[in-house]
Amino acid sequence: MNYFPDEVVEHVFDFITSHKDRNSVSLVCKSWYKIERYSRQRVFIGNCYSITPQRLIARFPGLKSLTLKGKPHFADFNLVPHDWGGFVDPWIKALAKSRIGLEELRLKRMVVSDDSLELLSKSFPNFKSLVLVSCEGFTTDGVAAIAANCRFLRELDLQENEVEDHRGHWLSCFPESCTSLVSLNFACLKGEINLASLERLVARSPNLKSLRLNRMVPLDTLQKLLMRAPQLVDLGIGSYVDDPSSEVFSKLKAVIQLCNSIRSLSGFLEVAPCCMSAIYPICENLTFLNLSYAPGLQGNDLTKLVQHCRKLQRLWILDCIGDKGLGVVASTCKELQELRVFPSDPFDAGNAAVTEEGLVLISAGCPKLNSLLYFCHQMTNAALITVAKNCTNFIRFRLCILDPVKADPVTNQPLDEGFGAIVRSNKSLKRLSLSGLLTDQVFLYIGMYAKKLEMLSIAFAGDSNKGMLYVLNGCKKLRKLEIRDCPFGDVALLEDMGKYETMRSLWMSSCEVTLGACKILAKKMPSLNVEIINESEQLEFSLDDRLLVDKMYLYRTLVGHRKDKPEYVLLL
Amino acid sequence: MVFEKDLNLDATELRLGLPGSSEESIRISNKRALPDMNDDSGVAAAKKCDQETAPPTKAQVVGWPPIRSYRKNSLQTKKTEAETGGMYVKVSMDGAPYLRKIDLKVYKGYPELFKAMEDMFKFKVGKYSEREGYNGSEFVPTYEDKDGDWMLVGDVPWEMFINACKRLRIVRGSEARGLGCVV
Repeated sequence: MNYFPDEVVEHVFDFITSHKDRNSVSLVCKSWYKIERYSRQRVFIGNCYSITPQRLIARFPGLKSLTLKGKPHFADFNLVPHDWGGFVDPWIKALAKSRIGLEELRLKRMVVSDDSLELLSKSFPNFKSLVLVSCEGFTTDGVAAIAANCRFLRELDLQENEVEDHRGHWLSCFPESCTSLVSLNFACLKGEINLASLERLVARSPNLKSLRLNRMVPLDTLQKLLMRAPQLVDLGIGSYVDDPSSEVFSKLKAVIQLCNSIRSLSGFLEVAPCCMSAIYPICENLTFLNLSYAPGLQGNDLTKLVQHCRKLQRLWILDCIGDKGLGVVASTCKELQELRVFPSDPFDAGNAAVTEEGLVLISAGCPKLNSLLYFCHQMTNAALITVAKNCTNFIRFRLCILDPVKADPVTNQPLDEGFGAIVRSNKSLKRLSLSGLLTDQVFLYIGMYAKKLEMLSIAFAGDSNKGMLYVLNGCKKLRKLEIRDCPFGDVALLEDMGKYETMRSLWMSSCEVTLGACKILAKKMPSLNVEIINESEQLEFSLDDRLLVDKMYLYRTLVGHRKDKPEYVLLL
Repeated sequence: MVFEKDLNLDATELRLGLPGSSEESIRISNKRALPDMNDDSGVAAAKKCDQETAPPTKAQVVGWPPIRSYRKNSLQTKKTEAETGGMYVKVSMDGAPYLRKIDLKVYKGYPELFKAMEDMFKFKVGKYSEREGYNGSEFVPTYEDKDGDWMLVGDVPWEMFINACKRLRIVRGSEARGLGCVV
């Protein structure tokens, strides 16, 4: 390959699109490194503190698309205090100063300010796509700036963000000249929007393929929007309440018949079950159905709907569907690859909505299942063993038994054998979340069999340091490990410090790790940032190495300590 | 000590930590000696003891179950709406000194609604017929719909009724003649 001119090599590299492959290619030799870096357009940074924006810009001058992730995953569950970090502002400032022609920005778990959004909207004339997932810190004013200033905007996708809604007219800020929208998702916004502006916007966006509305958009507006955009592929319904005998509802039924491109359906943030029959015609072609934000639908409403969805590949649903309902899914959705069952009432064990029975039915009926997120009230080893026999293609397996240390209710045993069976038979497993009563044994199995495992989440499990050691020693591909409330301590933490350089991050909270051990680790491994999050009033904690650390987050980095840490974080 | 047990000092003791958790699990503020690093079984025993005697209850464990805050908040809002937002409508009865309010969502159909209204106002609804309404009874249930018209209760399917009903009025039979009666 070295005998080819650079342009030829570059052309070959054009066909290499995955981040992993491009990273590998850049390591082959100096020449390839150089060619690769000039031709790279898309960069993914899994931890925004592992590198600085300046170094990113220096290495990849042709950057067009940037994906950044900020806070650790457990921040989703309120385990990371406010203001911990993950600010996008320095990145946008640095990019704005540079000559980078940014076109796409995708952020997850980051703090985004209105000022940042405004700067973003004004600094990149070709900016096309903004995707914000689980972010916070901005208001609809920032969204308005994006709408107003990004002349060629194709995608504005706001997923599950905490956005302060100023009820301003952000939607009206899209200029009349903006006709380029392909994807618009504002389902997470809580405030009212100008419905007439929305109708006009949709009417002048012939390329619109994905539209997800918030709950302030009523059914009669939905009907008008669908009239304008029958070409939609992905629809998120806001409010779906009306009198089934009304004229508006008849019109909706008629227009839905025309929307035969819809493959993905979500929302129903407000819903009258008696109106659901209008949806049946599009169910036949659906590949993705997300009803996890529709608690207004009861078990039999869900079951009736699902019976029409024969081509479904991904289903996100609430546990009120029940085991019987999952049975219906199992007999109807033979193409199902991904299932997520969320709890409709996280703190009430009263109505055992789904149990191990539903999962077993699914595993028996859906041979293509490869991704699972399942919240349930109980699980048995026998059920898990059956699931492991039926399904050997799992890439993601996340089981959450709502009672954190619940044993197998039939045998009173820990769930070690059940999870052991899962990892033994699913050789491609990349992500695993455990729950229920578990001893060190389950970690022995994981270390032994989960050879492709990249991410592991553990809570209230294990007996001793051995548990954590089995995992660190056995799981060669491990990238992210997050542990809470487990009896793992210094011995496990310090046994193989070099391991953490092969991983993105390690989170340990409410475990048995001491300050002293963290200090040792930080001293020996300068390539790691070891952060101690200390929320108590304890000021003299630098004095006693024997103190148990409440929350520790460590991650590899090329740029040393971050400068934006809050007071309660101690960087060792 | 016997005295302390009787006085149940444990229950009223002020300490740091989550309610229901025993002293073993206090972290930052407790500079206790490090458990022997080689004593794996010791730690395990202590941990199991914790779990058996004072497991944290679900509602008190921070960050459990592992559901994104956005989703949790979203369900909470809907729950509160469902619980307190109800479908409350005013109910008036001719001659009664004050109005009442009832939650239409609570009832599954007309019979239940009528029973509740009868109990509340101490009257009898009478028999409904499509042809003659509530002919023969002294009191007739009516409602105001979204268009502002006063309608006889019972003509339309229940679900349609609860979506359309803005308020209820129990009308004296003599006045109701115009609504339900066949001339």
